[in-house]
Amino acid sequence: MTSETSVPVLVLGARSDIGLAIAHRFAAAEHPVILAARRAAELDADRSDIALRHGVEVTLAEFDVLDTAAMADFAAQLSPPPGIVISVVGAMGDQAESEASLDAATLVMRTNYEGPALILGHFAELMAGKGSGVIVGVSSVAGDRGRASNYVYGSAKAGFTAFLSGLRNRLAGKGVHVLTVKPGFVDTRMTEGMDLPQRLTAAPAEVAEAIFRAVARRRNEIYVRRIWALIMAVIRNIPEPIFKKTQL
Amino acid sequence: MMHRQVLSGWGRYPQKHCMVSAPRDAQELAGLAGHGGVIARGNGRAYGDSAVGGAATLDMRRLNRMLSFDPDSGVLVAEAGVLLADIIDAFLPRGWFLQVTPGTKFVSLGGAIASDVHGKNHHRDGAFGSFVEWLDLMGPDGAVKRVSRRDNSQLFEWTLGGMGLTGIILRAALRLRPVQSAWIRQRTIVAENLRAAIDAFEGAQEATYSVAWIDCLASGAALGRSLVMLGEHAEADELPAAYRAAPLSSPLKRKRRVPFDAPAKALNRHTVRAFNALYWRKGCRGPAETLIDWDTYFYPLDAILGWNRIYGRRGFVQFQCVVPLDGAERSLAALLTETARAGQGSFLAVLKRLGAQESRFSFPMEGYTLALDFPANPTTLALLDRLDRITLEHGGRFYLAKDARLPARTFHAADPRAAEFVAMRQEASLDRAFASGQSNRLLL
Ligand SMILES: Cc1cc2nc3c(=O)[nH]c(=O)nc-3n(C[C@H](O)[C@H](O)[C@H](O)COP(=O)(O)OP(=O)(O)OC[C@H]3O[C@@H](n4cnc5c(N)ncnc54)[C@H](O)[C@@H]3O)c2cc1C
Ligand SMILES: NC(=O)c1ccc[n+]([C@@H]2O[C@H](COP(=O)([O-])OP(=O)(O)OC[C@H]3O[C@@H](n4cnc5c(N)ncnc54)[C@H](OP(=O)(O)O)[C@@H]3O)[C@@H](O)[C@H]2O)c1
Repeated sequence: MTSETSVPVLVLGARSDIGLAIAHRFAAAEHPVILAARRAAELDADRSDIALRHGVEVTLAEFDVLDTAAMADFAAQLSPPPGIVISVVGAMGDQAESEASLDAATLVMRTNYEGPALILGHFAELMAGKGSGVIVGVSSVAGDRGRASNYVYGSAKAGFTAFLSGLRNRLAGKGVHVLTVKPGFVDTRMTEGMDLPQRLTAAPAEVAEAIFRAVARRRNEIYVRRIWALIMAVIRNIPEPIFKKTQL
Repeated sequence: MMHRQVLSGWGRYPQKHCMVSAPRDAQELAGLAGHGGVIARGNGRAYGDSAVGGAATLDMRRLNRMLSFDPDSGVLVAEAGVLLADIIDAFLPRGWFLQVTPGTKFVSLGGAIASDVHGKNHHRDGAFGSFVEWLDLMGPDGAVKRVSRRDNSQLFEWTLGGMGLTGIILRAALRLRPVQSAWIRQRTIVAENLRAAIDAFEGAQEATYSVAWIDCLASGAALGRSLVMLGEHAEADELPAAYRAAPLSSPLKRKRRVPFDAPAKALNRHTVRAFNALYWRKGCRGPAETLIDWDTYFYPLDAILGWNRIYGRRGFVQFQCVVPLDGAERSLAALLTETARAGQGSFLAVLKRLGAQESRFSFPMEGYTLALDFPANPTTLALLDRLDRITLEHGGRFYLAKDARLPARTFHAADPRAAEFVAMRQEASLDRAFASGQSNRLLL
């Protein structure tokens, strides 16, 4: 790696509002960007937009987080290899559907845990071999405690959070840094039409800014907005006999 | 997805409940275009109800991607929701600026085309539309047509200045202006009265930019006293040594924000008079020639975000007309006399010289345009009615981007082109499809 700004950034799940905001933020700091998504070709307008606004190279890469068999080839074919890999991939699914259908629950679990963990784990191995790199996983506050309203999604995020924590632990001192991002509410396509409390809801650009700074400062774990650290501390500490009767 | 919202223009008058949707892509937009009575909305900087839908409003700001740029021709292709501020941010560091810009950079590309906005260089360069090479226009059926001076030329021409009533502008090709620096050389001419101001403009036809701030409370012999400000893009070698190393960058300014609605009385005759007197003296004393950065020169008001709130909760209205060159002095004198007589101060009183423009429905024509801001209240609304009448008597016409309250009768009397516009809309079945609060009020 030469200087930090020339390091290519790979965004997995780049179509999402948060993913695009992240791509813009790093491009504004002169990082070349690779946008990886399903149907990546449809992101061509975003590719040109980021390239024109920020004067950096932006490329597209086809990526499906469920296609674990293709992951090694996907990573190998990226040239130059990314120095910062950020996964934004996720799917909230529908809790009721996940309760009723094994297939639906499987999809949520694989999309939020298995897929993102495997691909980030794989990039981490490649980075460890070179002795440098940054891995960023966008998990969720929903992983901090399972709740009736979305525990299928939440448990997969919990698994992802635990995976990132272990990865960070193992690679500490090996030049590879791992950042866990736990957004609370974010105003995106995923939450469109929901009535979210304004003071607790971040804009995608806010999440991107927080991630950009956290990467620069090599933070381990962040909540966006920060108030969520407090909220989740309270929620985690409610004794189970009481918690199981709440409706949160 | 549609939701209900209270909407208004920049003047926050009038306000209306409206269904709003902010589509993410052309496909989603196509599904909404046929709803009936829709209007596209850019960044909401038109003062009145031009961007408030008859039945529903389509917020275009998510369609804001820059698609291509050709450094040889300087042509940028971008989606309609891109803000002029974004274009400057991206391209000024590379030596490009807008060919035409209104007095705020927080307008969208689509909005600038739909109002065919003019800048301080209209006398030389024409309006915004002169630099639009083509645009993609979505009709009520969701189909997109590329229109230009060559293809579908009538629809293209009606769309410039068509206030969103010919369809939804999806993307456009805009020619930019090469510049050597981010700085403007400004020369200020002190004009003791209206005659002197007009002479200053007429003597400055070669200047790239010209605009005058008028003290609209001055009367008698001082009626129309103004500071006429001329500007030129500074060449790199005209800059002081300190700036020459990076001619295209300018100092970052802190934005200030108006935190809450001012009480309705904060702006009154006395405060405006005091402000005007101060500004006038400052202008008279200042150096005749200065170098200022692009942001301060073109967008002084943008430094105060949300400044529309200083007029208080009731909002404000702007009066803007253009009067023909022939007899301009008499027409302007009549307008200014009426304003001074009413004693209704206007903070922003701006005079510009417009050049000749042949267009189907755009505002500019050769002459002088006067813009005045007033708090919205019964007294000022009555004054505006009198200013309308004077404008009509002197063969002038009105700017739709600023209008919030004209009666249909007055607008049609001032602008015979309106009848052709209405006929064109009916013939192309656009009248039911696209409608705004303004088009309903003005029977467009
Ligand atoms: C401080 C200030 C200074 C100004 N100075 C000037 C000036 O110097 N010269 C000047 O000419 N104007 C000036 N204006 C007016 C302003 O430039 C216009 O009102 C402009 O149209 C606003 O653009 P917008 O994106 O905010 O559009 P909006 O206000 O949202 O909409 C304005 C019109 O454009 C239409 N429109 C918007 N987007 C689209 C689209 N994608 N497709 C079809 N129609 C669309 C709307 O239907 C509406 O009729 C000024 C306004 C302010 C607030
Ligand atoms: N919005 C919130 O309130 C909130 C709160 C906490 C955490 N988060 C997390 O933030 C991240 C971004 O979410 P968002 O709100 O921006 O919602 P989103 O738009 O739904 O983003 C999810 C992204 O994951 C991608 N994805 C899903 N399945 C995939 C697959 N099989 N292969 C590749 N990509 C796939 C989607 O791609 P497609 O476009 O191809 O479908 C989409 O880009 C998610 O991980 C989410 O869990 C969001």
